[in-house]
Amino acid sequence: MNRIVRQFAAGVAVLASVFAFCTAAAWGAAGDPPIRIGSTLALTGPLAATALVHQLTGEIYVEQLNRRGGLLGRPVEWIVKDDQSKPELARTLYEQLITVDKVELLLGPYATGAILSAMGVAQRYNKMLVHHTFGIPNLAKYDAQFPTWSLGPDPATTFPNTLFDALASTSKPPKSIAIVTSKFPSVHFMSLGAREVAKKRGLSEVIFLEWEFGNRDFGPIAARIKDANPDVLWVGAIGLEGNQLLDAMKKIDYAPKFHFYMYPAPGPMVQATEAKNALAATIFEQDPPFTSNPGAAEFVKIFNERAAKAGLPYTGVETQAAASYSAWQVLEAAVTATKSLDDKVLADWLRKNRVDTVQGKLRFDGPNNYGDDLMRVKQVQNGRWVTVWPKAYAAPGAALVLP
Amino acid sequence: MALPSASLLAQSILSGLFIGALYGLLGLGLSLSWGLLRQINLAHFALAFLGAYLCYQLSSVGGMDPLATMLVIVPGFFGIGVALQWVFSRFRISPFNSLLVTFGLTVIIESVIQSLWTADFRRLNSSYGDITFRIGALYVPLPELLTLVLSLVMSLAIWATLRHTDLGRAMRAAAQDGGIATAFGVNQKGLALLLSGVCAALAGVAGVCIALSYTLAPAQIYAWIGVVFAAVMLGGLGRALGPLIAGIVIGVSESITMAITAPSWAPLVSFSLLIVVLLVRPGKV
Repeated sequence: MNRIVRQFAAGVAVLASVFAFCTAAAWGAAGDPPIRIGSTLALTGPLAATALVHQLTGEIYVEQLNRRGGLLGRPVEWIVKDDQSKPELARTLYEQLITVDKVELLLGPYATGAILSAMGVAQRYNKMLVHHTFGIPNLAKYDAQFPTWSLGPDPATTFPNTLFDALASTSKPPKSIAIVTSKFPSVHFMSLGAREVAKKRGLSEVIFLEWEFGNRDFGPIAARIKDANPDVLWVGAIGLEGNQLLDAMKKIDYAPKFHFYMYPAPGPMVQATEAKNALAATIFEQDPPFTSNPGAAEFVKIFNERAAKAGLPYTGVETQAAASYSAWQVLEAAVTATKSLDDKVLADWLRKNRVDTVQGKLRFDGPNNYGDDLMRVKQVQNGRWVTVWPKAYAAPGAALVLP
Repeated sequence: MALPSASLLAQSILSGLFIGALYGLLGLGLSLSWGLLRQINLAHFALAFLGAYLCYQLSSVGGMDPLATMLVIVPGFFGIGVALQWVFSRFRISPFNSLLVTFGLTVIIESVIQSLWTADFRRLNSSYGDITFRIGALYVPLPELLTLVLSLVMSLAIWATLRHTDLGRAMRAAAQDGGIATAFGVNQKGLALLLSGVCAALAGVAGVCIALSYTLAPAQIYAWIGVVFAAVMLGGLGRALGPLIAGIVIGVSESITMAITAPSWAPLVSFSLLIVVLLVRPGKV
């Protein structure tokens, strides 16, 4: 009898052990620590308006990613710190993300200066850095940095050519150009490039002006443009500068003919009546064919809703949000394909492969890991931005409107 | 270097006059609080932007006329100024410490603005913005003209009050020697509360002018500090007309620089002028 009891007890014990092991294994799987992805954003300071777009985009992507099961079967946690629009602070915070928070993966901060700082830290710790808004490709020397703002390696030549091709295709191709530009680094070099390209294409330069970033009075600049009255006005502006110049031109009753703004604040510009027919560079607008790219339509829908809820005055997806979303797509593609979190493995894979993103296929095998220049030309038409050039990327029914 | 046309030069000077008037209006409250209250009030700029955002909100959402928002903003800001002075007086904050305290206050106000209106750009679309007068070849936009008029009226009114009224004399006496002024029956504490309230109210008026002419973003609070400080120092601390005159001199000089040479030289003007005045007339700054 005792033997039967002992055998029964042993059986129960074995079953209990098996059950306990399975349960523990199941709990272990469910309780896997999240993969931590670290970045900073300019949540306060002068760049905060645009960084908000990146914050919103990142939150949307992480939610979507976790709904799909995360990365390598583990949930993803995004640790984002406020670099206050200060590159020197971004440097410290990236050190902190790597050494204190011990994040597995890094994502870039917003804007060229902070990305350059983060790149230095990533290089010191041999971490891969996927970033979304680096404006000066020839400064990106680290071999494990991957840009998702598809400027191409020489945007100062390629993009002005794209723009001038668009203008030359019209029935009124411009003959004279005024180039006015902020000395903000990522637009200044583009304007200098535009000068060279314009010269080579036989456009006569009637005026070239530079101002310091942060200039408050655009009245005299507007007056000089009015005096020169060019066929095309190239404005090397970033953020609000484009609006400030437009406003100053309106006040002296001057409407430029063709007028192009490098990186305008999309909301304020599209809402300004004087911005009618203004041109700008873009990598994504929420119209076909862009919305046919992987994940684009869903992202646009969610972003529009969230941006409205967050109280953003401009709720559309354009360059900033698309570059940001692409960065997350690139990171996910590399981890999923290699089944690894090893920075070297991921970087090697990215250098050899193309990644489908909302802005199109990105490659990283050119100089400084830059691929194609995917920048297009958009125009303000009927109070919204529409892509107008190249024709293959024009929004349905949209064409470049003449002045 | 080609010489600019007469109309370009005249339009540029006009543009400088308008922005100089805004420097002067922003500098007026700062100069009074620095010169008469011995407080270097960096929060003046943050208050001005808070005023601009309130004008935007009351006008865009509340449907008020932008100028009518001053009826709400000015008394409200007067109260803030009085409260601020009460705190400064209660904790005996020295002039140097006032710089630090008000810098902290600036950061707090910036955060409040950002949390209420986000960091994104806001633009007040008012009927004033579309009105421009034409005088010969010159264009005179109404919002800038209003700024000039308000700046002139405020500066002259405060100048007249300080110079020709007992209240003004008492304020100047209290600033010069508080002890003696008190001995002569001047209510130094009360005057300080009143003056601080007026300075904050002036920030509110400047804020309405900013909202009428500029697109708003919280971080732009800091964009005005350097040049307005230069205007205040050039104009003389505690002087009512000084900031306006100095502001216009700076604004017009900047504009002429932009009309004649590279616009990127313009920011050098204000501080070059300040250095020149410091070298030539050190006792006057």
